[in-house]
Amino acid sequence: MTHGAWLQLPLVFLAAAVLAVPLARYLRLGSILGYLVAGLLIGPQVLGLIPSSTAIPEVAELGVVLMLFLVGLELEPKRLWAMRRPIFGWGSVQLLGCAAALAAVGLALGYPWRLTVVVSLGLAMSSTAVALAVLAERNLGRTTAGESILSVALLQDIAAIPVLALVPVLALSGAHDDGGGAGWLAAGKAVGAIVVIIFGGRLLLRPALRWIAHSKTPEIFTAAALLLVLGTAALMQVVGLSMALGAFLAGVLLAESEYRRELETDLEPFKGLLLGLFFIAVGMGLDLKAVAAQPGFVAGLVLALLGCKILVLATMAKAMKIPLVERPAFVILLAQGGEFGFVVFQLAQSNGMIDAVQNSALVAAVALSLALTPLLLTGGDRLMSQKLARRVASKRKEAPPPPPGAPIIIAGSGRYGQVVARMLRANGIEATVLDHDSEAIESLRRFGWTVYYGDATRLDMLKTAGAASARILVIAIDDIGMSIEIAELAREHFPQLTVVARARNVQHYYQLHEAGVRHIERETFDSALMSARSVLELTGMEPHAARRQAMRFRRHNIEVLDRMVPLQGDENALIAAAKLGRQQFEQLLAAEREAEEAHRRAQRTGWDRPDAGPAA
Amino acid sequence: MPDSSPRDILVLAAHPDLARSHATRTVLDALRASPAAGRVELRDLYRLYPDFHIHIDAEQHALEAARLVIMLHPIYWYSMPALQKLWLDEVPRLGWAYGPGGTALHGKDFWLVASTGGGAEAYAPGGHNHHAIEEFLLPYLQSARTCGMNYLPPQILHGAHRATDAEITAHAELFVKRLEHYPAWCENLAAPPVGDEDDVALDERPALFSTIGGAE
Repeated sequence: MTHGAWLQLPLVFLAAAVLAVPLARYLRLGSILGYLVAGLLIGPQVLGLIPSSTAIPEVAELGVVLMLFLVGLELEPKRLWAMRRPIFGWGSVQLLGCAAALAAVGLALGYPWRLTVVVSLGLAMSSTAVALAVLAERNLGRTTAGESILSVALLQDIAAIPVLALVPVLALSGAHDDGGGAGWLAAGKAVGAIVVIIFGGRLLLRPALRWIAHSKTPEIFTAAALLLVLGTAALMQVVGLSMALGAFLAGVLLAESEYRRELETDLEPFKGLLLGLFFIAVGMGLDLKAVAAQPGFVAGLVLALLGCKILVLATMAKAMKIPLVERPAFVILLAQGGEFGFVVFQLAQSNGMIDAVQNSALVAAVALSLALTPLLLTGGDRLMSQKLARRVASKRKEAPPPPPGAPIIIAGSGRYGQVVARMLRANGIEATVLDHDSEAIESLRRFGWTVYYGDATRLDMLKTAGAASARILVIAIDDIGMSIEIAELAREHFPQLTVVARARNVQHYYQLHEAGVRHIERETFDSALMSARSVLELTGMEPHAARRQAMRFRRHNIEVLDRMVPLQGDENALIAAAKLGRQQFEQLLAAEREAEEAHRRAQRTGWDRPDAGPAA
Repeated sequence: MPDSSPRDILVLAAHPDLARSHATRTVLDALRASPAAGRVELRDLYRLYPDFHIHIDAEQHALEAARLVIMLHPIYWYSMPALQKLWLDEVPRLGWAYGPGGTALHGKDFWLVASTGGGAEAYAPGGHNHHAIEEFLLPYLQSARTCGMNYLPPQILHGAHRATDAEITAHAELFVKRLEHYPAWCENLAAPPVGDEDDVALDERPALFSTIGGAE
């Protein structure tokens, strides 16, 4: 039985992770909660599958170490410098603002200041990876909110280090209030270690890695990477600083090296699993009884945590002028606690600043905030859409509704739609421009454009915009599915409309053709032809000759395109026709070129009227 | 053999700004409304080729199918509008319309229907333009001859800017009447001889047409 006893641990861990995490994701609760609950269940409190010991948290801490190494690795100093204003500006506001708000509450309740500071900083951290993932899901990645969350995330990444460095220093200074000198000695050692890492790293790391890479044994490279991380972690631990800090520094040192990608790929799988292990360990260490014993305290913590952060973040969102639609996501995603918080609490507990009960309470509070996030998000969305609806309604009363009876409607106010609208306006024709991206509309309105908010894929919206009496509908949007939808709506409900559409590619062209649209332009075709003309000219062709060739190409291309329209259903016929088309195309162009050449040659050799003909 | 297809008249209309045209547009409207429209293939060059990329094959086919080729345009700088000139440069090709083997247009009739800004009196040796209109139209004549076509007497509306509606309408109606009675009227007309008399070989011309200048 003792033979394979060592297997039990990894087996339980893996089983717990594999079961809990997918379930958590299915319930839309996020993987962090899954790990936490798994740890809770397998820990000594519930199922007791794992006896409590100190080895597990230490191994788990490796996960955090690796995570911070990768965080440091992915930091790009140049990019950070370029984004320094939002990062150090708003990012600091978020961290320090939330921490200050929480600290105020803590101090008001009478907790010692060192503890308050550390706990506030830990609670102020967010789960930025989750935040960015949710944003991407909601398609808000490239918006103001997305970039703001990114800046905050980067700042938190950077700030993790001073915070993590601060904890032991504060703990030490707190413990040895009388021996002020000991505190300074410890600080001196810490600084010294950091300096060693930085300088040693600059000088030794890259050459060492280069030498190892030359040996061309990939696994040794991975081993070297792990050695590096663990080595710096160990060094930091000796000096009394957090291991994570060392790993982070090592990561930053390597961030600009040529080995960055390779290190990332090599360590990524370890990171994921070890981080999961960390969360499981946190869950295991969660003292459920203690939490159950003071539900009020925990509830109060959650309320304080969410309340203060939401307040600060909502104010920030308003000050940063984040569009209303994006605010709920921004505020709530950053308000929830995160994995850095756990790291801080663990560190605080191991340094004796807080006890296990308090740690459990804090962990529970953060976990609860994570669990509440989906609920909060839906609530926030609803609130915001109500607010938006009211605002739009009031705006509608101020701004005149789209003039009814405008003969031309343009769906889409992006690059394509704008050019069409401007050209029409230059000819004294006003078109009704619709868009459903409120951010785009706001910025266009600032430039003096009249753009109306409306989702053209909705029938009632089209009706309100006057589609029933209009003559031309321009579909200038880039989303292929929506574009087809609008075309079909127009065909079915407004047959008097002539549709002029933008096609993103040939497939889109055929789909539009099938939806009854006849005036279709492939968005990149003519631009590409212009480029081709430039290239021909640069190879020495006369500009007009290049133009002639381009016009011929264009005509033949469109002929082939139209010929292939009825073949859309049959892929084999399509392929055959495409191949044939290309062949004929090239032959035709070659033939035309030859004919022209022959013509020129004949003209040059001269031709005289047949005055020696039969008539004379 | 003469072409017996129903659309045996080809009208090449060329006006760069038809919306602001008066004379040319009136003629076109009259043409579309007349019973002769059934035998007319109308090609509005500026509408067909707004990008000035002429479809040579299509134009040559249209020419082949026609017996009478009409050019309808305002006279710009004593000549034709640019797109019509481009057409002339590109469509009748060596070896197709003229030169060795170039007999595609032989025997067809060519007729210019145009409008000028200057009045009839300006187109005289003592007048503003110092020459008769026929002298400015020599390129048309010679081009037609080079392709072996019969150059019919042109129908010109002078002083189109100052012309009254009645005059323009009369011009258009005369045009339409001649379309309806083609080819009867041109067989009796003799175009005044201009310049030297090099003709295309007589035996290449169909017997139905009277000879120009009386040559046999």
